[in-house]
Amino acid sequence: MSEQNSPVAPALAGEGHISGGIPPHDEKRSVLNRVLGGSAGRSIGLIIALLALFLVGTITAGDRFANFENVLTIIRFASIIGVVSIGMTFVITAGGIDLSVGSVLGLASVVATLSWVQDFADSTNWIVMVIIALAVGAGAGLINGIVIAYGNVVAFIATLAMLVAARGLAEVLANRTTQIVRQQGFLDFFRGDILGVSILIWIFAIVVAAGWFLLNRTTFGRRTVAIGGNLEAARLAGIKVKRHMMYLYVLSGLTAGIAGVMMLARTTAGTSTHGTLYELDAIAAVVVGGTLLVGGRGTIMGTVLGVLIFSTLTNVFTQNNLSTSVQAIAKGVIIVIAVLLQQRFANRAARK
Amino acid sequence: MITVDQGNPLLMVRGLTKSFAGVQALKGVDLEILPGEVHCVLGQNGAGKSTLIKTLSGVNQPDEGEIVWQGEPITISDPVAALGLGIATMYQELDVVDGLTVAENIFLGHEFARGGVTERRKTSRRAHEIMTRLGHGGISSNREVGTLSAANKQIVSMARALSHDTKLIIMDEPSAVLDSEEVKNLFRVVRELTADGIAVIYISHRLEEIREIGDRITVIKDGRTMATNLAVADTPTQDLIRLMTGRTVENVFPPAVPVASDSPVLLSVKNLGIKGVFDDVSFDVRAGEIVGLAGLVGSGRSEIIETIYGARKPTSGTVEIDGKAIEAGSVRAGVHAGMGLSPEERKSQGLILDEPVYRNVTLASFGRWARAGLLNERAERSVARKQLEALELRPADPDRPARTLSGGNQQKILLARWLVHGTRVLLLDEPTRGVDVGARAEIYTLIRRLAAEGTAIVVISSEIEEVLGLSDRVLVVAEGRVIHTTTASDIDEHGVLDLVMKGSAA
Repeated sequence: MSEQNSPVAPALAGEGHISGGIPPHDEKRSVLNRVLGGSAGRSIGLIIALLALFLVGTITAGDRFANFENVLTIIRFASIIGVVSIGMTFVITAGGIDLSVGSVLGLASVVATLSWVQDFADSTNWIVMVIIALAVGAGAGLINGIVIAYGNVVAFIATLAMLVAARGLAEVLANRTTQIVRQQGFLDFFRGDILGVSILIWIFAIVVAAGWFLLNRTTFGRRTVAIGGNLEAARLAGIKVKRHMMYLYVLSGLTAGIAGVMMLARTTAGTSTHGTLYELDAIAAVVVGGTLLVGGRGTIMGTVLGVLIFSTLTNVFTQNNLSTSVQAIAKGVIIVIAVLLQQRFANRAARK
Repeated sequence: MITVDQGNPLLMVRGLTKSFAGVQALKGVDLEILPGEVHCVLGQNGAGKSTLIKTLSGVNQPDEGEIVWQGEPITISDPVAALGLGIATMYQELDVVDGLTVAENIFLGHEFARGGVTERRKTSRRAHEIMTRLGHGGISSNREVGTLSAANKQIVSMARALSHDTKLIIMDEPSAVLDSEEVKNLFRVVRELTADGIAVIYISHRLEEIREIGDRITVIKDGRTMATNLAVADTPTQDLIRLMTGRTVENVFPPAVPVASDSPVLLSVKNLGIKGVFDDVSFDVRAGEIVGLAGLVGSGRSEIIETIYGARKPTSGTVEIDGKAIEAGSVRAGVHAGMGLSPEERKSQGLILDEPVYRNVTLASFGRWARAGLLNERAERSVARKQLEALELRPADPDRPARTLSGGNQQKILLARWLVHGTRVLLLDEPTRGVDVGARAEIYTLIRRLAAEGTAIVVISSEIEEVLGLSDRVLVVAEGRVIHTTTASDIDEHGVLDLVMKGSAA
């Protein structure tokens, strides 16, 4: 800044910074804006949709809908698909997809109810059935993970193959029969409740809490977001991308296994048709919840809201004796509306 | 050079303002474009060039100000309206569709069709005419664009601009993806367009290009026009830099500090090679030394640096840090041993653009503050903030998404990442690509300072001048081999090019 009266520099006085074109970031954003800009803000569209559904339910079905028991029913109904969706949230946040969760769920339910497994559980403890179901889920996920991460097969194809194969294997093992759960200890525990709330809801709550914590507070979660945000940058920063991808599919398989156990508890039987099309419901819930399908941003709370919206919808329709076909149409509409609302609020929050 | 009626500008812009989300990107821009001229718009990143372009091409609407087109005040409501007026824009990111043919790309959005059925022959013929006009009639109109080089894709993009009745073409850093031979060709095409009376708004960081191709210059700083209609021929570079940056830049490259003779060898590359890509590359880098790899695009210099880092697997040779060989082809082993890479493509290979700055800074080391897998974001943020303040990142806000920062500041994030990690061997691939003139000097000073603090640095750049100005020692690379090693002060740009030519001929 030595010469201020240079002929071509009329407006230089007082200029110092090299690249000071951007005004300082306003640190004192109001609390409201911070909330709207945060994950809660992105979920506002979902919360509105959920409240609207409750309103519709209350108006059309009155007290049959608006009572505490029914709210618990809605959550219980959401719990199985909810657990699957939490695993799916991780996979999608990292930029992947897992189409096999539904049939892995079915396979886990079949393996855990094979007669020798139940016999073994009778002579030891019902937890054996749980461990076997989880192992089946995690094992299927491990195969997915290895094929995708180390075999460089596109996730869509690899998990589509697992979808088909796991369903087939379940049919072979169950011999196309329905295997009744006769292990009484298992039924006593999983069909019971704690503080008046079904065990299934508790499991759902624990998985949600663990998933939220894992995604937002741990190195595992950070790696997941980093890989989804920019895989190459993560790799060049020294993150073991392949190994992490494999873990993610194991995690997704594991949640499918947990959901298999919950399915056994609800239906008291294992069959190869359990979980059919659950992968689509889970993906819909995750995406409606605000997790980016291309990866890089994931929200557990959004996923939970997404699942709740769908199960509330089903409940409202059932209370009004409407057919499942009408439900399916409404579901499609809800997916679009929820995503539109959510984008609108996200943009507004970003614009502050 | 300008043979036009000075009284009738093609385009006049007065007092243009625009703000986004409370941030004022344009605070009063004036611009005047004459038919048939090459008008250069100069400004640092964040000065408002992109916003100006988007306003002229109808993507943004200005808040205030006047746009006069051929004497008529107008509003440009959307990109289609801009094309209708005769304003076409070539964006920095090539916006061609790889899966379509050259002809289909050129007429994308305004295909020749009858009742919805495309007229393939006519499309193809007209495309060929335009490509011929651009001196590239040799490229078949039926070729798939994905098979073309970046330079030829750009020609297709330009052909698309000309497929409308275009009077003004806006080129946003068209030379960024080109090597020097391709730039020459681009200039030839630009001259032919202007000879036909088409005006060009040319945006570039490279002053030497502006000297060669430009007629007049408008300088923008902080969203304001600082000076307008400067004749390229009469304006000294010093003045331009001062207008852009608001300060004098006398010596761009900081002086080299002699490396002590007892300084330990940190990085030792021995007979490294990948079959068919490069072979037998050997060199040492001592603590405090900057070694540059000079060579043309395709000489193998990026492949060499990536192989040293472990991002590619060598077929022969070893890389040693502190005399210890590290596992070949493992980035993690390289990072663990103390290497860090600032990759060629900062955005696609280096940063997670939507994540906050601090998470980008700690990407290689967040596990260090974690306990039993639990993140300690407070520690991360504070370490990142400290490092970013040391590097004078602006704004030094660790929570801002990396996307919102300028090229120079994004480069600082990558440097901060490795400084935080405690890296002792830094590999820098194109450290100033997309970084504006003023911020470049700052990056150079930083790199020098890191070397002075004992870091061993390897730097490559497509700008030979940069490699020479920054390095202590230079390795000249041609066709995958190191053909010459010398002290940087003993060679100049001509010397390097001479060697490269000879090396390629041998």
